[in-house]
Amino acid sequence: MFAAGAIALLLALALALVRAILGPTVFDRLQAANTVGTVAMMMLAMLGFLNGRPEFLDLALVYGLLNIVGTIAVLKYFRHGDLGDPGEHVEKQP
Amino acid sequence: MSMLVDVLSWVCIVAGGIFCVIGAIGLVRMPDFYTRMHAASITDTIGAGLLLFGMMLQAGFTLIAVKLVMIGLLLLFANPTATHALAKAARARGLQPLLASGDDSSKP
Amino acid sequence: MLHLASLGVVLYAFWILLSGYFEPFLLSAGAGSALAVVLLAWRMKIVDREGHPIQMIASVVLYWPWLIKEIAKSAWDVSKIIIDPNLPISPVLVRFKPTQRSQVGLATHANSITLTPGTITVEATQDEFLVHGLTRAAGAGVIDSEMDRRVSKVEGYR
Repeated sequence: MFAAGAIALLLALALALVRAILGPTVFDRLQAANTVGTVAMMMLAMLGFLNGRPEFLDLALVYGLLNIVGTIAVLKYFRHGDLGDPGEHVEKQP
Repeated sequence: MSMLVDVLSWVCIVAGGIFCVIGAIGLVRMPDFYTRMHAASITDTIGAGLLLFGMMLQAGFTLIAVKLVMIGLLLLFANPTATHALAKAARARGLQPLLASGDDSSKP
Repeated sequence: MLHLASLGVVLYAFWILLSGYFEPFLLSAGAGSALAVVLLAWRMKIVDREGHPIQMIASVVLYWPWLIKEIAKSAWDVSKIIIDPNLPISPVLVRFKPTQRSQVGLATHANSITLTPGTITVEATQDEFLVHGLTRAAGAGVIDSEMDRRVSKVEGYR
């Protein structure tokens, strides 16, 4: 049963990679990378069940955190050209 | 009873896999960036959610299930933030969304 | 003070659940880490009604099942659109004014909209949300929606 889920995830991974290669803008590629990250997270959890090694769930958790931080970091770099930019603080509501 | 749980988790994992593939198909098929995000959010929410639920049913009441719940919460809180950041950055960069024709006049 | 204490308890519970070991050394290491994080958060002055909203916990737990039901419903609709060979989409941008007053409420509302497939919050400010909808119906569905009312109730100002 886990093998069926894993195969479906691999298919989704391949399709997301197609978008990452085609994607005309950088945002398309980032969205594809984000999807690849989510699918990889699920894949890690699946692998843990498939091999009977639940430690893989910790890896999935860390991978998810890195995925979010990575997306935001690349986005910020493309938006402001600097990772240390304060960003949106000027328009914060009082 | 355990048979029933097994069947239910089977159904959840297969359905979750199907939804993940549907979301990825949408990611390839949709015409522009903003519509692609909608397809990706299917993979992120219901696909991943059903897979996690199916795995939770297999794990039972253990620490493994707790970790799966944490992965689910992480997805639930962090993914919309990343999606919103992407959409906002794309709009700030001047990427215009493809809109349906006659948008203003024919609002329902 | 109450917020700091509850943050510490939550962090320590998080440590124990993640580690799963109950040896004295690891338990005390967890307590030390939780305390260090609480101290850092206190120095950053982010532990208040907004950064650690314990007043919302009870109502938010009641809100989640409804949100999951909504996600399932609209995910089904969007899946049907994706599988349809004609791809019957009609993307729209809609603007509307949310009724939430606090930043937490606004963030909850914006995240709920983005989490529901078919609608994505592009801009979120106090006065105006700009939402991209995959279809006209999905776009029109976010204006003065039930979600808006429910999040306002969760927020707890009325």
